[in-house]
Amino acid sequence: MSSVSLHTSIPGPHDIHRKVLANGITLLVRSNFNSASVVVSGMLGAGSQFDPREKLGLAHFTSMSLMRGTKNADFQTIFERLESAGASLGFGASVHNTSVGGRALAEDLPLLVRTMADSLLNPTFPEQYFDRLKQQLLTGLAIRAQDTSDRASLAFDSHLFPNHPYGFPEDGYTETITAISRQDLADFHAVHFGPDNMVVVVVGAVKPEEVFSLFEKELGEWKNPDLVKVKPFPVITAPQKTFREHISLAGKSQTDIVMGTLGPKRSAPEYLAVSLGNNILGQFGMMGRIGDVVREKAGLAYYASTSVNSWIEGGSWEVAAGVNPANTDKAIKLIIQELEKFCSEPVLQSELDDSQANYIGRLPLSLESNSGVANSILNLERFSLGLDYFQRYPDLVREVTPEKVLKAAQKYIDPKRLIIASAGPGKGKK
Amino acid sequence: MTDHIVSFNLNNGLKILLKEIHTSPIISHWVWYRVGSRYETAGKTGISHWVEHMQFKGTPTFPAGVLDRAISRDGGMWNAFTHLDWTTFFETMPADKVDLSLNLESDRMVNSEFDPEEVDSERTVIISEREGSENDPLFKLEEAMQLAAFKTHPYRNEVIGSIEDLRAITRDDLYQHYRSYYNPANAVVAVAGDFNTDEMFEKLRQRYESIPAQMVPPTGDLREPALQKEERIEVTGLGETTYIEMTWRAPAASEEDFFIFTVLDSLFTGPSGLNMFGGGGISNKTSRLYRALVEKELAVSVNGSLQATLDPYLYGITITVRPDSSPEKVLQKLDDEIARLLDSPVMQAEIDRAVKQARAMFVYGSENITNQGFWLGYSEMFSHYSWFLEYVKNLEQVTAEKLLAKAREYLAPQRRVLGIYRPEENPS
Repeated sequence: MSSVSLHTSIPGPHDIHRKVLANGITLLVRSNFNSASVVVSGMLGAGSQFDPREKLGLAHFTSMSLMRGTKNADFQTIFERLESAGASLGFGASVHNTSVGGRALAEDLPLLVRTMADSLLNPTFPEQYFDRLKQQLLTGLAIRAQDTSDRASLAFDSHLFPNHPYGFPEDGYTETITAISRQDLADFHAVHFGPDNMVVVVVGAVKPEEVFSLFEKELGEWKNPDLVKVKPFPVITAPQKTFREHISLAGKSQTDIVMGTLGPKRSAPEYLAVSLGNNILGQFGMMGRIGDVVREKAGLAYYASTSVNSWIEGGSWEVAAGVNPANTDKAIKLIIQELEKFCSEPVLQSELDDSQANYIGRLPLSLESNSGVANSILNLERFSLGLDYFQRYPDLVREVTPEKVLKAAQKYIDPKRLIIASAGPGKGKK
Repeated sequence: MTDHIVSFNLNNGLKILLKEIHTSPIISHWVWYRVGSRYETAGKTGISHWVEHMQFKGTPTFPAGVLDRAISRDGGMWNAFTHLDWTTFFETMPADKVDLSLNLESDRMVNSEFDPEEVDSERTVIISEREGSENDPLFKLEEAMQLAAFKTHPYRNEVIGSIEDLRAITRDDLYQHYRSYYNPANAVVAVAGDFNTDEMFEKLRQRYESIPAQMVPPTGDLREPALQKEERIEVTGLGETTYIEMTWRAPAASEEDFFIFTVLDSLFTGPSGLNMFGGGGISNKTSRLYRALVEKELAVSVNGSLQATLDPYLYGITITVRPDSSPEKVLQKLDDEIARLLDSPVMQAEIDRAVKQARAMFVYGSENITNQGFWLGYSEMFSHYSWFLEYVKNLEQVTAEKLLAKAREYLAPQRRVLGIYRPEENPS
């Protein structure tokens, strides 16, 4: 009944156009004329890895400041142009990167790229907006301090990655944001923003040549000889024993739990085995085995699921659940039992068959919208997966066996050595 | 949304809407029921949402656990939502796997089991869902404000229901609610994606036409007079952040006034998008209230909300107050801006801008087949699918004079509810 070929609807070398500008910016374009919109998604190497310990949140603060005023346009002018066109553009920071994302009607792509380039090249960090943004960030942190899910997650990261950029929050702490000056932003921008490792993906109702010439015009001349190179990251080691922390937040009705251990980096050979195993453990259907035990059978939680986060230097393998405070210990016990089972017996072939079918079958869905395609192409480039990755993907998924899943599980998960963090009512404990 | 929508009615009253889209090998199938918190009575709040949960607990053909496995195995995505006026279920599937979705939805329209043990287990899951919401200060404030904004209309209740009702509702209550509202005469099926219309219609007819229609319980006259006097609510809780909310009754989506309000919302607080999937909003940094409150360093953020509903619901403004400001200062400025809006006509350029913003967000939403399936059925719940086809055109008809007249009518001071969430010191 379908009349659209799966093969041609999945992006690949046949329709992703790639070009590297002379200054190092890598551009990837995929045309889609089915809708009159266009999406831009990109990144460059100015991440929170460069935040000084006493000024955590600096990369994030800098990224949020880029559009508060430039040499060519003030804050109101920048947003008047964008919002009047129904367009959006924003910057953010993660550990490794500053990211940029935007969307517009295709007719307004020049506006989007011009605004992006001006924000990257010419930010002036006006004093007035520096103070205003700082207040907004501090209020965000005050809200975060009362959020049980955020607090559990922060505690988990800090204990899993002690003294490592992955263990510090990208948005900092109240005292570190307070310590940041306007000059810090300008200095950070001066030595960490440059074209060298920048990647931009454009997907939508535009031709590749138009995109290439637009970027050549707006960003082709950009150079930064002062760019600071990435320093080696500290070594990551697995937890040596189980560490339990509960953060007391009075007046809350629910406790949020985040628990787990290290996961693979994206380039690890066992990445797909871990990912498929994780799908069985806490994703497939209604949140996998853990969802079945904690939510469906025991009725303990509205949500209980697992996730694997894989980055350049390492990763985490996490279980998250929201439970009634009286059920916290019971839910943790059930989750540990499931982890023990997961690490001692191979998953059933039928379970793996299900997850493999799920991974392969859902590919067209995940690549349906322009933003879905743009983010996927960005990941292909970021992790050097190759433009034909989606064509090879079904075979890579099928190569995973129950034995490989078990081996991968045993490599990362030791149920006797976990980080367990929770936040909610009740006395705090460590 | 573009054209080529085909509409059919089966003999049992089921309305079917089909839209072929051949951009990706995907089909999105939606079933919409006219049931939500609007249809609930005292002592039974939250029952529609709970019934929605029970629809995932199995039928004799698709026992619990089989459904999710089958959908996921085929690479599908599925979910369900309960809101004020409606409950909806959808699956977006690879096109060659859509039969599973059609079989499942037609089956659970009538055959869900409501096993007593599953009911009890789900009771704690839903109470846990509510407890998660209660952790958010804004949930507490909004719950109090809805109760103040409506004295009798069921829109006063949270969709998730009160904790007392969630403890008291029985298995039989749930089953009766299910049997009353889940039937073809009270439903709309919307399908968008990579199919042939004739073939899809035949597939749907085979599965749905044999399901008998039922009478739906009458809702009675829900109309409620406008507020005659401003209501003020104060909620306190732990934390450091102060929030202000203000609401007024908004027009029903089917009224011409709704489009005027959409423009008003856009220029006053920034546009509210109508996309559920993949649409994305835009920032509101040049809206009147952002300029007046955030740019003047009184607030950290301001947002507006306007929803398309069957009966008049609420237009709301939510403000996060800056720690070095106060609710009183924010309110003074807010009142000044409302007075300005009610005092003189807006510029035509502001209206043109709102229309362009709506057009852009419309195009973003049309990228996604799931979202297009959503639009088809959603609009039927409060109007007709042509509502979306005419949406931008209707916005273009808004004039500064009409906007002024309606702003004066709807945003009168005596018709509003003002809520403040004040943080209190942590005792520890």
